Amino acid sequence: MKFTLSWLKDHLETDATLDQIVEKLTALGLEVEGVEDRSKELKPFRVAHVLSAEKHPDADKLRVLVVDTGTEKLQVVCGAPNARAGLKGVFAPEGAYIPGSDITLKKGVIRGVESNGMMCSERELKLSEEHNGIIELPDDAPVGVAYAEYAGLGDPVIDISLTPDRADCAGVRGIARDLAAAGLGTLKPLAAEPVKGAFPSPLGVAIEAPDACPMYVGRMFRGVKNGPSPKWLHDKLLAIGLRPISALVDITNYITFDLSRPLHAFDADKVKGGIVVRMAREGEVLPALNGKEYALDPSMTVIADHERAEALAGIIGGETSGCTETTTNVFLEAAIFDPVRTAQTGRKLGVESDARYRLERGVDPAAVIPGMERATRLILEICGGEASDLVVAGQEPEWRRTLTLRPGRVASLGGVDLPQEEQRRILTDLGCEIAGEDADGTLRVVPPSWRADIHGEADLVEEVLRVHGFDAIPATPLPRDSVLTRPALTTKQRRVGLAKRTLAVRGLSEAVTWSFMAGPVAELFGGVDAGLKLVNPISADLDVMRPSILGNLIQAAGRNADRGFADVGLFEVGPAFRKPTPDGQDIVAAGIRAGNAVPRHWAVKARGVDAFDAKADALAVLEAAGAPTANLQVTTDAPGWYHPGRSGVLRLGPTVMARFGEIHPMVLDTLGVKSPVVGFEVFLDTIPLPKKKGGTAKPLVQLSPFQPLERDFAFVVGQDVEADKLVRAAKGADKALVKEVAVFDVYQGTNVEEGKKSVALSVTLQPTERTLTDEEIEAVGQKIVAAVVKATGGSLRS
Amino acid sequence: MLDALKDELLSQVNAAGDLAALEEVRVTALGKKGRITGFMKELGGLSPDERRERGQQLNALKDEISLAIDARKADLARAHLEARLKAERIDVTLPVRPETEGRIHPISQTIDEMVAIFAEMGFSVAEGPDVEDDFHNFTALNFPPGHPARDMHDTFYLPDAGDKKMLLRTHTSPVQVRTMLNKKPPIRVIAPGRTYRSDYDMTHTPMFHQIEGLVIDEATNMGHLKGCLIEFCRAFFDVDDLPLRFRPSFFPFTEPSAEVDIGCSRKGGELKLGNYGDWLEILGCGMVHPNVLEACGIDSTKYQGFAFGMGIERVAMLKYGIPDLRTFFEADLRWLKHYGFVPLDVPSMAQGLTR
Repeated sequence: MKFTLSWLKDHLETDATLDQIVEKLTALGLEVEGVEDRSKELKPFRVAHVLSAEKHPDADKLRVLVVDTGTEKLQVVCGAPNARAGLKGVFAPEGAYIPGSDITLKKGVIRGVESNGMMCSERELKLSEEHNGIIELPDDAPVGVAYAEYAGLGDPVIDISLTPDRADCAGVRGIARDLAAAGLGTLKPLAAEPVKGAFPSPLGVAIEAPDACPMYVGRMFRGVKNGPSPKWLHDKLLAIGLRPISALVDITNYITFDLSRPLHAFDADKVKGGIVVRMAREGEVLPALNGKEYALDPSMTVIADHERAEALAGIIGGETSGCTETTTNVFLEAAIFDPVRTAQTGRKLGVESDARYRLERGVDPAAVIPGMERATRLILEICGGEASDLVVAGQEPEWRRTLTLRPGRVASLGGVDLPQEEQRRILTDLGCEIAGEDADGTLRVVPPSWRADIHGEADLVEEVLRVHGFDAIPATPLPRDSVLTRPALTTKQRRVGLAKRTLAVRGLSEAVTWSFMAGPVAELFGGVDAGLKLVNPISADLDVMRPSILGNLIQAAGRNADRGFADVGLFEVGPAFRKPTPDGQDIVAAGIRAGNAVPRHWAVKARGVDAFDAKADALAVLEAAGAPTANLQVTTDAPGWYHPGRSGVLRLGPTVMARFGEIHPMVLDTLGVKSPVVGFEVFLDTIPLPKKKGGTAKPLVQLSPFQPLERDFAFVVGQDVEADKLVRAAKGADKALVKEVAVFDVYQGTNVEEGKKSVALSVTLQPTERTLTDEEIEAVGQKIVAAVVKATGGSLRS
Repeated sequence: MLDALKDELLSQVNAAGDLAALEEVRVTALGKKGRITGFMKELGGLSPDERRERGQQLNALKDEISLAIDARKADLARAHLEARLKAERIDVTLPVRPETEGRIHPISQTIDEMVAIFAEMGFSVAEGPDVEDDFHNFTALNFPPGHPARDMHDTFYLPDAGDKKMLLRTHTSPVQVRTMLNKKPPIRVIAPGRTYRSDYDMTHTPMFHQIEGLVIDEATNMGHLKGCLIEFCRAFFDVDDLPLRFRPSFFPFTEPSAEVDIGCSRKGGELKLGNYGDWLEILGCGMVHPNVLEACGIDSTKYQGFAFGMGIERVAMLKYGIPDLRTFFEADLRWLKHYGFVPLDVPSMAQGLTR
């Protein structure tokens, strides 16, 4: 919402400076987005007179002008089709900054002819988008005078960002009222003397959709002369960036911005029969004033005559019945339209308009007739003619409601105590009526008709606080209900942080990628539920909720490789989506490694990443998060985006806690990423919570005084036998003595039969009662051999 | 005569160049057929007096030679070790074996910092789903159907689930609703998380993060809201005298509502936080609207409190001087290495939030 300082002063009697006003506006919640002083920007631009215009000797479309700038006569080359001798326009000397084209003017030679400045278009001065020719000023424009001064642009323009609740401040008067209440002056009275009708309106109004339009007021004008607006009106609109069109249209725009009271003027001669407010018909089309054609549907309200829709209610007028320079008979509309329908229709058709901006916020229901009367006076004054009686259809909706404000409420909710008289004063100045005061001091408040946003005690508290100033609220520390605070995180939440920092310690960097993914990529990772496909995605790349984080990380690895960084380690802890329900998302710690695990180095052999890197990452996360990693089983049924022979699943019984492995080469191929890439996914929610039985104490430590001893065994087994089988068998051979079993060699080749492999185990025996004798050690060894042979069908390697 | 022998043997010991030569000297002197041993054997043929005197002389000689041999042995060992160490020299300027150091993303670090501060003020962390319905995201938060404020959110929609309109939460405020529906006052929670709006340009990404705060009890007022946020901002930005400005604003779910600016300077195109006279908007807040309390089953005549919401990337950018929002989500290793945090730098109020 833009307005000028002088426009504000039409309504506000004040001595306040611009800075004071700007500061107070922001303190009132009318946030000032900018203050534009166009007189500064347009300082070098002067009214100038074109004395002569000759064709450029060397270019058909250019003219060589001699321009009188008031101080000198300069030669200027100009390409505008309307450049001609005698024209008064706006001249920019060399060195001037041209705001509309963002250039600084230099002396130039155009096709061999010297040019000392420029005659400007409206666009070059940022007055409008008009750029078909240079500005043409009236003949009486004073040569040499600053254009900003001449055009009345010397007035600072204040732009406020209006919150959606403040329909009243979409009019300058509402802003003035707030400032007056806050002590920055007094609100001037507003004259809205009714104009007596000179004749009954030949056009009637019928409301067929009372829900969409509770009240419609019309008035016919006869014998008006529509021409350019007077200078004061022209300048006012221009100053806030509205292009003056014609007096009739300008008056409706003026009332819209002055009082937040949108109006529409129909050319009465083009309205057939009478005005009907109804819902649009299926297939109905409206050619609108902006030159576009809109296809309407029955959810939209239209203003029609007896033949067709003539306007979209509260949004935009129709082309056919719009006022032109030749209009002599006018039908003026002031109405209330349902804000929700107005907003929906505007949104559906993509029409932004000053009328919609106000009507969808909800205009003052009591200001329909006063607004009409103000406009009537202006039309009669500027365009002449005579006005009819008012045609009123529907009625002013009931807006009176009585709210209560308890005496201590401002203090108990707002945190600042204000005397009762001050509270009353503020509310009254804002237009509230104090309908009564109870014995306990509770005020009975009727908010004004223009403040539909006030509907409870909290709103009244806000009004009082807002005008009094939020700065005056003392900052109070939050009281502590205990000296020490309790932990802010649950065990599950804490695990997320542990997982992240564990992975980062292991050399992976944390990424945060979109929760979205491209549908085809999601298909590579099991696809998504139909309910997780966005109805209105921002792009085709981001059209479904990701079923796995891996896809995004693999693509990120590809991007890093494209930048020349092929050895990538990335992880993300975040949601993966299964179903479109609150419990349909899982918190997953996922990571990838690509390229070399060990780069080329003088001391170690380079090697590419492999499944065991990913397995180690997964196990580290599980361990950090408190999963019983020693009891996990490894199965080989990882889903299809992993390499079927180089991937695994870590589970506790039936619960899948993690998956890891090489990414399937087809997946990498589709995503355009080079192998090898390995990845893992840990499902943090599946890790059981610790059972807190005996408090925080850990079980008693068992430290044997006897030295552990190591024995090595090598077995020849079938090549498909999993190492884990040997380890489990060895461990199970003597649960008391066998402390640990490590695989230290796996070998296939010379001396091992085809189809078999040699697996070497190092078994740690831990005596607990006494040192073992050679016979006892021998006996355990035999038990281990027997158990492994039995479990695997293999044999001890000789 | 023995003196001559002694001199001779000692000079042999000292001349021995290595352990083998020294052993040879020892055998020559003290071995079974050694020269001192030879003299010992001759003792039997002497008179008792002569034998005693000569025996003592021989024993003294033997001890002296033994000591000399031991000393020489130690010298030789030391020299040998010195030679070995000299041969073992390596080039310690060579690089260590490769290790990669990972980084924590600025968003995670910032959330951890915020949690550390709010934990000190008695807040705990609440969570909610990213996929929400219209009720939790809008209706319960006092956004009437068709209200223009819904429009301002650029909501991403998912297919309807029965009569429920499904969407991606446009703010973390639905966590307020879920918290109040599940927990009786007093409530003091913060809720950091992912949020989504259909907007993508220099300063907007379709996904971003917010942190929500909610305090509900019988006495919390706007003064507490100011107190809480002033404490937070000063601790978070590590500027003790950081000024805050509360401006009236509008949010459907709070009444009164405010936007909060922090003090800054933009002189010379460089942004500096502090008491410099200029202002920068960082968050929205207010007293929870009675309609929201009632929609969540909380008696609005008894309970009241405040709520606030803040963009996490925005404050991270301010605090750490990160220029471009979009780079947060690109997973560019160079960016992560530069703006990320070392993993063991866990923020806490005891150890400090800013390195």
